[in-house]
Amino acid sequence: MSRAYILRRLMMTIPSLLGISAIIYAILALAPGDPFGQLLTNPNVPPAVVAQLRKSFGLDDPVWLRYLHWLFAMLHGNWGFSFSSRINVSTLIFERLPVSLVILGAAEILAILVAVPVGVLAGTRPYSLFDKIANTLAFIGFSLPTFFTGLVLILVFSIRLRWLPFVFRTDLSVTGIAWLWQNILQSVMPVTVLGLFQGAALVRYVRASVLDVVKLDYVTTARSKGIGERKVITRHIVRNALIPVVTLVAVQLPVVFGGAIITEQIFRIPGMGSLLISSILSDDTPVVMAITFVYAVLVILFNLFADLLYAWLDPRIAYR
Amino acid sequence: MDEKNLRGMIERVKEGRLSRRGFIQRMAVLGLTAPMATQLLAFGGVAMAETPFTYKPTKAGAGGTLKLLWWEAPTLLNPHFATGTKDQDASRLFYEPLAAWDPEANLKLILAAEVPSVQNGGIAEDGTFVIWKLKKGVKWHDGQPFTADDVVFNWEYASNPQTAAVTAGSYNYIKVQKIDDYTVKVLFSRPTPFWADPFVAANGCLIPKHLFEPYIGAKSRQAPWNLKPVGTGPYKFKSFTPGDLVEGVINTDYHQPYRPYFAAVEMKGGGDATSAARAVMETAEYDYAWDLQVSWDLLKKIQAGGKGRLKFAAGTDIEHIQINFTDPNKVVDGQRSSIETKNPTLSDPVVRKALSLLVNRGAVEKYIYGETGWATSNFLNGPAQYVSKKTSWEFNIQKAVDLLEANGWKPGPDGIRQKDGKKLSWLYQTSINQPRQETQEIVKQACHKAGIDLQLKAILASVYFSSDVGNDDTYPKFYADLQMYTTNPTDPDPGFWMQQFLSTQVAQKSNKWQGRNITRWQNAEYDKIYAETTTELDPMKRAAMFIQLNDLVVDNVVVIPLIFRKTVGAAVNELQMELSGWDDDTWDLADWYKETKA
Repeated sequence: MSRAYILRRLMMTIPSLLGISAIIYAILALAPGDPFGQLLTNPNVPPAVVAQLRKSFGLDDPVWLRYLHWLFAMLHGNWGFSFSSRINVSTLIFERLPVSLVILGAAEILAILVAVPVGVLAGTRPYSLFDKIANTLAFIGFSLPTFFTGLVLILVFSIRLRWLPFVFRTDLSVTGIAWLWQNILQSVMPVTVLGLFQGAALVRYVRASVLDVVKLDYVTTARSKGIGERKVITRHIVRNALIPVVTLVAVQLPVVFGGAIITEQIFRIPGMGSLLISSILSDDTPVVMAITFVYAVLVILFNLFADLLYAWLDPRIAYR
Repeated sequence: MDEKNLRGMIERVKEGRLSRRGFIQRMAVLGLTAPMATQLLAFGGVAMAETPFTYKPTKAGAGGTLKLLWWEAPTLLNPHFATGTKDQDASRLFYEPLAAWDPEANLKLILAAEVPSVQNGGIAEDGTFVIWKLKKGVKWHDGQPFTADDVVFNWEYASNPQTAAVTAGSYNYIKVQKIDDYTVKVLFSRPTPFWADPFVAANGCLIPKHLFEPYIGAKSRQAPWNLKPVGTGPYKFKSFTPGDLVEGVINTDYHQPYRPYFAAVEMKGGGDATSAARAVMETAEYDYAWDLQVSWDLLKKIQAGGKGRLKFAAGTDIEHIQINFTDPNKVVDGQRSSIETKNPTLSDPVVRKALSLLVNRGAVEKYIYGETGWATSNFLNGPAQYVSKKTSWEFNIQKAVDLLEANGWKPGPDGIRQKDGKKLSWLYQTSINQPRQETQEIVKQACHKAGIDLQLKAILASVYFSSDVGNDDTYPKFYADLQMYTTNPTDPDPGFWMQQFLSTQVAQKSNKWQGRNITRWQNAEYDKIYAETTTELDPMKRAAMFIQLNDLVVDNVVVIPLIFRKTVGAAVNELQMELSGWDDDTWDLADWYKETKA
């Protein structure tokens, strides 16, 4: 793996990002709806006002010109401003990012904590009762959409049992330990929903990967040397089996952002996902563009990162 | 009802022989909104009634935090830029108008010292001006005094086309003069019987001159105060995350005694209406939830949670079926539903009358909308508690069949009625929304029994309600025989509302379907009377004309009204508040308080 390789890969992202941004822009331009739709249907607002707003927001220019404007502004680090709140998109996004990162980070950690031990145990004892139960649960886990499990959790834990709040609040009035406790309480359900969804898919990968490794000769050798089973699993099997899993987690991270859109909406978490949904609903093009673009960048970067990580973890892989 | 009768009726209110409520009821039947009716009374010299005083707390700030849940999140806090009621409601935590509309459509004074009336010289009898006296001693949140200069400034700000204020409609045709520091005169450039629009209610919220003056016109977007309001309201701004949360703390200098009851307020936004209803009525995590457009069955179940109750307000939203007077199946000049064509069947008044008899409004009310709406046959009026008993709608399949038979519409071999080869077979479109699809089914079944064939079509709301000229499924194009949606007169004065039946307003390709007459009904008499209303100076005569216009629309079955939909909110049991229906949900936020159980 050389520096030239990394540079080449980075260069390759530029046309990809350009293409992605052009496609998203085109789709948004073709989609029905108008950022001032609500104003147009309100007969109290004179058409001249709407026309003036459209003009000042540059909406009357042809699509390709609007795209070029957007692109050049973006290159200068200017993300534009939101039509609906009239403030800078970057401000909006940076306001939302921390919450998303904390919730998604916690969910990903939960997913790994659940998936690795369960997957390894299931993989080393294939077709045992534990494996069958784990498999069944994993299938159920990733077949159920998050909006469904989210609503079920709300109904059970908030409405019936009254244990957990289901409206996520960023303005908790308490401080210190109490603040932390409140935050944990309100994060339990969204993190569980996301974490288990991710974890369910991951269990299957870990199990498959472990199954592959278990059959290899070096594992048999290790066993025949008389090393204890526990040590064989932790030192020999898991180490090698997790290499593809690590890269998978890296590639999946941006996907978690996508999965969180619905969950954030259900639990009213003021994160990137809920911002994206409300912006789409109000046809707030600059915000939608910025968020989808950030996602695109993340996907490309994490893919690159996963490739590099893979080569580093497994020296047998070499890139030229 | 002519002008003479109208005057006679107002005389009777004056002499106490007719109650104010009775007068408003009668006007409602005739198609005038309650605020319009109370304005007429004011012109007739009957002062507005005072909003009953129900506020009990004797100490401000005793109530902890008031937690509001709006399932659409506010995105900005300048009332002149509010793109929806969510923004208006949120701005109202901090900003106030001169007066607000109470549930009975009386003006409740906020920043004004007295309601203008003919007696106190506040309103011109010909509707050309109104004089507002301002409350003295009111301070902005930063300590500056509130004066007439601020009121004048709001007019300059909103009417400046460069500002692009969404409230411009209320300020474009007026001039505002300062008489002294606490008196302003609003001059109308055209006679305006409905004088209480500028500076009143949602569009009337006032922003401070000393902060916004540098940001008038094209620079309006840059004002930092768009997101950090400084108003006169019961709460001072604390923090705002667009699309998520608004927080305020008590304004200890508030100009009304013992108010507000709460030490702080927060408005959380986002999520969905159903879980918002749950968060109030089942778990009481929040004190009030806004605009619960949830099916009645579900609302009933959630209310059984027992922690809160539903709050209703008589609104002006009306779910109605529109009849296409042109032919949606013939292409003329590159467009369907062209005004050059005539609907082959629905242009027959008998057919329209029969269709009206086949719409079972009672079933729609009972099974679909429940307490969130009420059946009506009246299109143009306000609160239906005033109307329901007086107007008559009828559901009678036999009568419809007899009517059609008598006029030559006989069943064909396929059971569908026809005459001269023209079949009673229509396309009936609406947006995707469960209550609407259920209503479509109810109408379809009754029509089927009478030998009329309906094809149902449901269109994604974001497409149907868009103004996209390139899409054929939008409601202004009306490429169907019948369509159904909710509309409301956003303006209590019927002048603008009544334009939707003018011949000159027909939505067509030539005007990019921006015309407001979507049924494409054309009637010379209607046009003539409407033209007269625009020049009529006498508010009484003008009101009588609008009543005539309403009669024309109803008698000709241009539209089939179904249901008046109420504004629905949910409040926890302890919270004492009322919804207005003519104003924002937060119209009297300063008066909200909690009744603690003794």
